[in-house]
Amino acid sequence: MTESVAELLNSMEQQCRQVIDAQGSAEPCIIGIHTGGVWVAEALRERLGLPGPIGTLDISFYRDDFSHIGLHPQVKPSEIPFDIEDRHILLIDDVLHTGRTIRAALNEIFDYGRPACITLAVLIDRGGRELPIAAQITGATLDLNADQEVQVQGPEPLSYRIVTKELPND
Amino acid sequence: MTEQHLQAGPLPSGMQLHDDGRLRHLLTIEGLPRELLVEIMDTAESFVSVQAKTVKKVPLLRGKTIVNLFFEPSTRTRTTFELAAKRLSADVLNINIATSATTKGESLLDTLRNIEAMFCDMFIVRHADSGAAHFIARHVAPHVSVLNAGDGSHAHPTQAMLDMFTIRRHKGDFTRLKVAIVGDVLHSRVARSQIHALNILNTAEVRVIAPRTLLPADVEKLGVHVFNDMDEGLHDVDVVIMLRLQKERMQSALLPSAHEYFQLYGLTNERLKAAREDAIVMHPGPANRGVEIASDVADGSRSVILEQVSNGIAIRMAIMSMVTGAAQ
Repeated sequence: MTESVAELLNSMEQQCRQVIDAQGSAEPCIIGIHTGGVWVAEALRERLGLPGPIGTLDISFYRDDFSHIGLHPQVKPSEIPFDIEDRHILLIDDVLHTGRTIRAALNEIFDYGRPACITLAVLIDRGGRELPIAAQITGATLDLNADQEVQVQGPEPLSYRIVTKELPND
Repeated sequence: MTEQHLQAGPLPSGMQLHDDGRLRHLLTIEGLPRELLVEIMDTAESFVSVQAKTVKKVPLLRGKTIVNLFFEPSTRTRTTFELAAKRLSADVLNINIATSATTKGESLLDTLRNIEAMFCDMFIVRHADSGAAHFIARHVAPHVSVLNAGDGSHAHPTQAMLDMFTIRRHKGDFTRLKVAIVGDVLHSRVARSQIHALNILNTAEVRVIAPRTLLPADVEKLGVHVFNDMDEGLHDVDVVIMLRLQKERMQSALLPSAHEYFQLYGLTNERLKAAREDAIVMHPGPANRGVEIASDVADGSRSVILEQVSNGIAIRMAIMSMVTGAAQ
């Protein structure tokens, strides 16, 4: 069953405004992680009325499983069309699971410069963390089993569904 | 000698691919599927963005050791391979071995075993003999990949791919392009690899422009249109690729003199008028100014020669990461 994300985005928008107010500094720059994270980032940028463009990251070159599975065949260019030095960054992804993607994204961001701070915002936190990483802004928190997966579809309309996948036997 | 040059080297290109179609070695462009060439260029596009970062490095090949095994002198190719490897966070070993008649067969294998014993993951090989990289690829341990950085007059696949990448970034769709390759096609491994790549990518028309003495006997079989007249050959082309005229060829009586060669086949702004208005000019380097290309063309607004060098880093990063990730 496909779920709409309007309410999740409403909630994220509200939390973002609180974080931005608390920062009290210049407006943050938005960076989305390919592919779903970019969709969520675009939707939030529009809601928050921030000027574009957003930055996009493809973390394929920073993955920790490269030596096991090789390079993702459809790796996209990372584009950060602004200087991140001393800026407040809203890092946005669609689903937070093990935390490994965020670890890779943080490493990549620091190769562009030294931001003042980074706030992590995710549409869905599905649990199952393998690294000490937490999101400050969350659209929804789900408690899913290991054989369940959140699939986000987009960009327009943005939606998600929960599917049960076959686990390998070993 | 001519016939031998064309036939030396080409081996079943199947040994370049894993069973699942992923790249294992890159020895020659010949026989590779179009999707793979496109994948190489797509991946390189992502590596271009790495060069825009403050830290121009990604941790992809951390802990891997890459050996530049050069039996023939080279500056550009070796340094761009080295830089590409370093930007992927690999460790790089440069080994330059002077070419000599005895550096073949058993001693080549000996060298190989010695370096392999140092736990290396990839060999970048340049050798004056056609087929040297194939020979090495056939004898390396299963986890080692071999990239051909030029073997005799046979192939120079990474140069061809960086040229294709440069063309694609400027012109997009190959199926509408006319591309002319000008100069010493006979001795050029670059030309041979370019011709294969252009044809695999379905280029509308591939032309070679050269005097008969600098063309292989059966060059048409490679899928090109042959022109002996420069102005005729350049008419309406989108891309002009100039080849380096190796000075040593002059001594072997294939050409009367550098001056006369320039008169007939040198690229000048005047000659370039025959090509399309938006045509780009390429050269694999190092260029002999005043021999195959006039200085004002090499430095002119239509020249993409320096872009080719930058693109060479991205394309080599792409190929290195594709073969390493796939090595199981």
